[in-house]
Amino acid sequence: MPRRRLLTGVLLTLGTLAGSTLYRRRAARHRERVDLYADDGSMTSVADGEPEAQRLLALARELVQQAR
Amino acid sequence: MLRLVDAAQALADLTEISSQIVEAAVVAEDGTELASTFGDEHRAQRFVEGVQRLLAEADAVRVARGLPELTQLEAATRDGSIFVVRDPAAARLVAAATRPEPTVGLVFYDLKHCLRSIEETAPQTRRRRADAPA
Repeated sequence: MPRRRLLTGVLLTLGTLAGSTLYRRRAARHRERVDLYADDGSMTSVADGEPEAQRLLALARELVQQAR
Repeated sequence: MLRLVDAAQALADLTEISSQIVEAAVVAEDGTELASTFGDEHRAQRFVEGVQRLLAEADAVRVARGLPELTQLEAATRDGSIFVVRDPAAARLVAAATRPEPTVGLVFYDLKHCLRSIEETAPQTRRRRADAPA
């Protein structure tokens, strides 16, 4: 019986960890951002919340609405 | 081998192969619209102007961060993404609006392919709708 409880506890913990990881990954994907690619192959990301992001994302949202 | 077509045909091919792209436009570096998938000319013009503003803003960020020349960008929002790919050699770019959470690499690949497939054409192809009969 204690072994069963232990197994249940381990499974619950693993399930919670897996769920939390998946949730965080999905949330990160949903984050608004602008990725800029330069001709030397480098890329810089301007994430929502950064000072430059506000204007860039406002323009992008406007364009997405126009295309719908 | 890459088949060379005019800008309108290149966009028609692009929207046929990529279900993620909602609307797209090919624009000369000077801001002239060469072709678009928009049915309405006024909407197409507003989209192109918006793309020019987005590029100008992105360029300001690039300068502020000390980056080299921009070749492409993706702006991801909750309702969809805007992609821009430049071809400096041909002095034109292609801009596209996609559905939310697109496959970024695939969209960039399709847009680059679209740009490469455009041959130098006479000005009469300008402002032609991508799905207009040839």
